[in-house]
Amino acid sequence: MRNLPPLHLHIPAPHARPGEAPDFSYLTFPAAGATRRPDEVSPEAEMRDLPYGLIRVLGAEGQAVGPWDPHLPPDLLRHGLRAMLLTRAFDERMFAAHHQGKTSFYMKSTGEEATAAAPSLALQPGDMCFPTYRMVSFLLARDYPLANLVNQTFANAGDPMRGRQLPLLYSARDYGFYSLAGNVGSRFGHAVGWAMASAFKGDDKIAMAFVGDGTTAEGNFHEAMVFAAVYHAPVILCVTNNQWAISSYQGMAGGEETTFAARGIGYGLPGLRVDGNDFLAVYAATQWAAGRARANHGATLIEFVTYRVAGHSTNDDPSRYRPANEARAWPLGDPVERLKTHLIRLGEWSEARHEELAKTLHEEVRAAAKAGEALGTLGQNPPPRREMFEHVFKEPDWRNLEQRRECGVDQ
Amino acid sequence: MTQMSMIQAIHSALDALLARDPNVLIFGEDVGYFGGVFRATDGLQAKYGPTRCFDTPLSEGGIVATAIGMGAYGLRPVVEIQFADYILPAYDQLVSEAARLRYRSGGEFWAPITVRAPYGGGIYGGQTHSASPEALFTHVAGLKTIIPATPYDAKGLLIAAIEDDDPVIFLEPKRIYNGPFDGRHDVPAKPWTDEPGSDVPEGYYRVALGSAAIRRAGGAVTVLAYGTMVHVALRAVEETGIDAEVIDLRSLVPLDIETITASVTKTGRCVIVHEATRYGGFGAELSALVQERCFYRLEAPIVRVTGWDTPYPHAFEWDYFPSPARVAKGLRQALEG
Repeated sequence: MRNLPPLHLHIPAPHARPGEAPDFSYLTFPAAGATRRPDEVSPEAEMRDLPYGLIRVLGAEGQAVGPWDPHLPPDLLRHGLRAMLLTRAFDERMFAAHHQGKTSFYMKSTGEEATAAAPSLALQPGDMCFPTYRMVSFLLARDYPLANLVNQTFANAGDPMRGRQLPLLYSARDYGFYSLAGNVGSRFGHAVGWAMASAFKGDDKIAMAFVGDGTTAEGNFHEAMVFAAVYHAPVILCVTNNQWAISSYQGMAGGEETTFAARGIGYGLPGLRVDGNDFLAVYAATQWAAGRARANHGATLIEFVTYRVAGHSTNDDPSRYRPANEARAWPLGDPVERLKTHLIRLGEWSEARHEELAKTLHEEVRAAAKAGEALGTLGQNPPPRREMFEHVFKEPDWRNLEQRRECGVDQ
Repeated sequence: MTQMSMIQAIHSALDALLARDPNVLIFGEDVGYFGGVFRATDGLQAKYGPTRCFDTPLSEGGIVATAIGMGAYGLRPVVEIQFADYILPAYDQLVSEAARLRYRSGGEFWAPITVRAPYGGGIYGGQTHSASPEALFTHVAGLKTIIPATPYDAKGLLIAAIEDDDPVIFLEPKRIYNGPFDGRHDVPAKPWTDEPGSDVPEGYYRVALGSAAIRRAGGAVTVLAYGTMVHVALRAVEETGIDAEVIDLRSLVPLDIETITASVTKTGRCVIVHEATRYGGFGAELSALVQERCFYRLEAPIVRVTGWDTPYPHAFEWDYFPSPARVAKGLRQALEG
């Protein structure tokens, strides 16, 4: 017998729980500008350092530094800032609406707005995003009507989803935003298929898909990665690592064993690890991967490192499993503040203009919410009930028609 | 018209649509260069090129997810699951995604995919190559489930399935790929040649989804069957001399409810035959529908002749497989009841 201690079972646990001081000391983040930028079409084998770096452009003082600076025009930056601020205002309003009983459910994307707003502006028209439910800023960066969002949240007569979906589970084909569902990861492979179809047709469109850190443990994630790698699909596969999957910290998905970006190595896909709270870095990484995909060099895995500031949803109380002030200790800061500081530093923005914009957007959201409430909050003025029997199939079959009569909503 | 086996007819359908519609493409395990373990795609890659018919990783979930994404883009993917027993890793994709995409997106996206899978027993495949999982799909709102029983129908229904804008599960009774097996495992297997339904047009034609076929008209009792069991039922009718009306459902969803109710209304008796396990099987739905719609015309309890509620046992194939003798017993039971 060898003289070994007995085996013990490792159960990962986060570094701080309620009542303890937040601790992110286990995360190592290279300085802005430190991670190199290889050519878009470099062989994957030559960039296996990237998953362990961190693509950052914005320095602590709001300066843009290093090889990943996308040199974006100020108008585009202001557009992105507006989308993020609008998202924040919209989230606040809808979250409050839930507390007022106007809807059943809501989820905020606070702190993660850059991970959707920047890709929205970096992708081309006709590309398709396969989103998570924390990506409203993708739609708002494309000027999707607030009325549609409000009406969907209230499931009223103006709801484009016809009262069939929980709040946030939008679909907006014309805006390059694929249909959402509450189950996680099962659309990751659709993005690969969509991208393969584009390649099959000799099109120039690409797909971009998102899952959270927790969802990387789903089989769907692995399947999509395999297909993306095997067929060189023109797709960008993204992991939004916001540190928390409801109450499970990212270590429960294997995030302390390696980085999520490093999952790409096993499939032969480039893995970029990106500061998800840095609008410029998110934009630049998306642009790089999109360029690679459009050049027929296949898929890229991107990990956006960010932090879920709010609870998982209106049904969640994060103070029960993490320190109450953990968000303030998050070392990558706030995406809105960081882009604002950058614009001010460029001389393209000011605190006064920022405040004025925030006020304007608050008013815009208030007006949209009021209009939505006038049309009806949850249960008050839903779409016609007979529509619940439509779209099961392209044409209703005899069961749909019989049951519509049985339900008493034939007319 | 040409004489075709069912596998040749399926091949012919795929060939016809690859030629006709540039948005049709085929993929699955071993279907490309090799042509599929049952030869359904033999030579199609050579004829149409590697992007029209290609191999995939061994990942049923990945295959169907990819197909849904392609369908959402605007293609008409046809995927092969090598055995229906192995479709379960794709079940989440079929149930949570393909079946609901049109509904949940308010009609913005849909999945016009066809999932082909050889199913059923009688081939000494044991419990991993013999399953009849149709009820797992007929229970799901938003999926169509088709099962042919002849080469002619296999081709026409497959073409209609591929051209359909909803997701279709196309289950192929592999025991009758090469000949119309009637359940007599102790007599030499016969080929499709000159059997009813083996005259198949070489070109394009459709058999509409949702229409049953009356294989034998009769007045004494209605037999509802599909796939291999249509042939077993016909054999049982021949052996007993009972004047049964044998209905080949062909399409489980959408179901031809009118043909079923018209027949049972006429005969007053009903025997349901399928190879799948009985409890919660598609026969249970058929039984409920007949009872709901024909109760006052029924002269006897509805009889189900099915596989037993066990996994498919390798060494007891012919104890499990509903034989002509068991169907005959069911027919007599329905007549006596």
